[in-house]
Amino acid sequence: MATVSDAPKASFRLSMLIYDTRYRSITIQVVVLLLFMAGAAWLVDNTVRNLAALGKDFSFGFLWNRAGYDINQMLVQYSNDSTHGRAMLIGLLNTLLVAFMSCVAATVLGVIIGVLRLSPNWIIGRLTTVYVEMFRNIPVLLWILVAYAVFTEVLPAPNAFRGDNPTASMILFDSVALTNRYTAIPDPMFARSLGNIDVGLFLVSLDLVAIIAVITGSVLVNRKILASATAVQNATGVRPVTWWKSILVLVAPVVLLLLALGFHAERPVLRGFNFTGGLDVSNSLMALWLGLTLYTAAFIAEIVRAGIGAVSRGQTEAAFALGLRPNRTMSLVILPQALRVIVPPLISQYLNITKNSSLAIAVGYMDLRGTLGGITLNQTGRELECVLLMMLIYLTISLLISGAMNVYNNSVKLKER
Amino acid sequence: MKNTVFLGALAAAGLASGLASAATLDDVKARGELNCGVNTGLVGFAAPDANGNWSGFDVAICKAVAAAVLGDASKVKYVPTTGQTRFTALASGEVDILSRNTTWTFSRDADLKFTFIGVNYYDGQGFMVNKSLGVTSAKELDGATVCIQTGTTTELNLADFFKTNNMTYSPVTIETNAEGEQQFLAGACDAYTTDASGLAATRAAFANPDDYVILPEIISKEPLGPLVRHGDDQWADITRWAMNALIAAEEYGVTSANIEELSKGTENPEINRLLGAGEDNLGAMIGLEKDWAKKAIIGAGGNYGEIFAATIGESTPIGLARGLNAQWTQGGLLYTPPFR
Repeated sequence: MATVSDAPKASFRLSMLIYDTRYRSITIQVVVLLLFMAGAAWLVDNTVRNLAALGKDFSFGFLWNRAGYDINQMLVQYSNDSTHGRAMLIGLLNTLLVAFMSCVAATVLGVIIGVLRLSPNWIIGRLTTVYVEMFRNIPVLLWILVAYAVFTEVLPAPNAFRGDNPTASMILFDSVALTNRYTAIPDPMFARSLGNIDVGLFLVSLDLVAIIAVITGSVLVNRKILASATAVQNATGVRPVTWWKSILVLVAPVVLLLLALGFHAERPVLRGFNFTGGLDVSNSLMALWLGLTLYTAAFIAEIVRAGIGAVSRGQTEAAFALGLRPNRTMSLVILPQALRVIVPPLISQYLNITKNSSLAIAVGYMDLRGTLGGITLNQTGRELECVLLMMLIYLTISLLISGAMNVYNNSVKLKER
Repeated sequence: MKNTVFLGALAAAGLASGLASAATLDDVKARGELNCGVNTGLVGFAAPDANGNWSGFDVAICKAVAAAVLGDASKVKYVPTTGQTRFTALASGEVDILSRNTTWTFSRDADLKFTFIGVNYYDGQGFMVNKSLGVTSAKELDGATVCIQTGTTTELNLADFFKTNNMTYSPVTIETNAEGEQQFLAGACDAYTTDASGLAATRAAFANPDDYVILPEIISKEPLGPLVRHGDDQWADITRWAMNALIAAEEYGVTSANIEELSKGTENPEINRLLGAGEDNLGAMIGLEKDWAKKAIIGAGGNYGEIFAATIGESTPIGLARGLNAQWTQGGLLYTPPFR
């Protein structure tokens, strides 16, 4: 009887790594990874050798040394006795401030322009087209410089406000002064302040905490009122009048708290060379904010237009058939559906704003690039450490923004049940 | 994708590998050109003319070194650097010598690993204001907005000065001198601060120099001088003595007018050694030819005093007096070690 023997197993040959499609893709990936790692190792080795040849070490100890320089805009307290690490924090906060302001303003402006560009009104449509094409096609650095130059050259110097017959005067009931260095605005002050508590890294104003707590409480109570009104409406069919209750609950506690704290606005006064007493919003911040906002808004407008274009025309017609007015159609039917197309590219615009804010150096705004990557780098000579740290921080910020926006995207994207 | 990253890394590493070669002299000779880091443009110290030819007080050092090493003062590639980029340019080997009114400080010498080869200008930080402000002393600047070049020692001195005098100020940080001029003229700052020599040079370039006044206070010591990287002692010696040769030449009365005559031999043995006219061959000790110092002096456009007078002295628009920068024999601080 003949026995059936198994077909001989194909023995593995080395050439199969290249010629056998089962292995080839893995082979290529392994080779590329090895090459990449070798390249990276060579780069690190080269850096270490060259640092050794220059007699330099690699250490982040400088972050705890005295900085010795001053910064003209700080959100938390800082003096030239603070450390380089703290100067980095100031720069980081300044970066986040201008990025946040620009993201908000660019979104608002971009959505408005994007919607208006679809307007059937010929003039409005053309004007917004001109806006978009103009801002999209000229580098953002130029817009920032133009804004800064306008502020510097057009507005008067603070000493123009001096004397009995000043050549310049303050606006808005003598409370705001536009100068070629900053805009001086009234500063909110509390006569009976609760003081601050030190949480190590910075001081927290108890007044602000109290106000936020009261507002949060008011909103929660207001929700309760509205919910009970809805319950009554569901039960009886008649909605009770709640508007005066809402206003009372939302406004009265805050006003009472402000009165108790002795809230008042301190006006800026020209004393010596500059305005004191108020808040100085520097022109470099305004120029950077304006430049980034106008530039990015043009991109966001295009994204919004594309998003709206992606919503089927039938949706509009159906909404009109139901008797919805055009603006209600836009806000209730079209925009919510367009959001799922709009949000993903919007994320990258937010990342662009954050990264482009490093152009601050051009107008002397002390952001992360100006403090850590500018003065600290220069005074300590720690180029490698500073640049690595800066790259790490920008990477972290970008990933955080991207992560947060993706969470939002998941909440607005089309849900299929 | 990964390949692109790899190639990028490779390219970056290739650039970095030019770093820190020890024998700068050999590099310069092989290249046939000296890379000299200078200011981006400060009239009198380093500025290009309409034809792109650089001249000035700091530029003269570049020319002296190029003439001593290569025998031709024109074989210099001028690399404009800002306060921010200068040290990186030197440390990375982009320039062989930095001649750019840089203050000699402890940390730059010890921590940044540079060798200052001497002082070519003794300076101090001052303030410039518009005359119409009516300010006559820096002590009256409480609350002022001050324009300052970022990444300089002046930034730290400024903070210290206002601190010790219990005054406040608001800094406007700028990148280059030109930017500072523009901001200052537009009135975006009340005062402009930098080294007093820099202020004089800046003011000389204004349309109405007389409208501006440099305040009398000098708030710091700023010994300005050229520097090279640590770790190449031969190159440091060459550049140091090329600069010293200019100073010594003035002390001994060697000028561009009489240098040919004197280099044939004089009664003064020190002049003979300097110009390579005697038996001693000082040039061989630093790897150069016997008449290296003569070439340096001719290439630089004369001795220290002649260069000073031609670029920043009292007969120029910048109008700086010799002051501390006079020879030690004239009551100044210039004092070179002997050529022997």
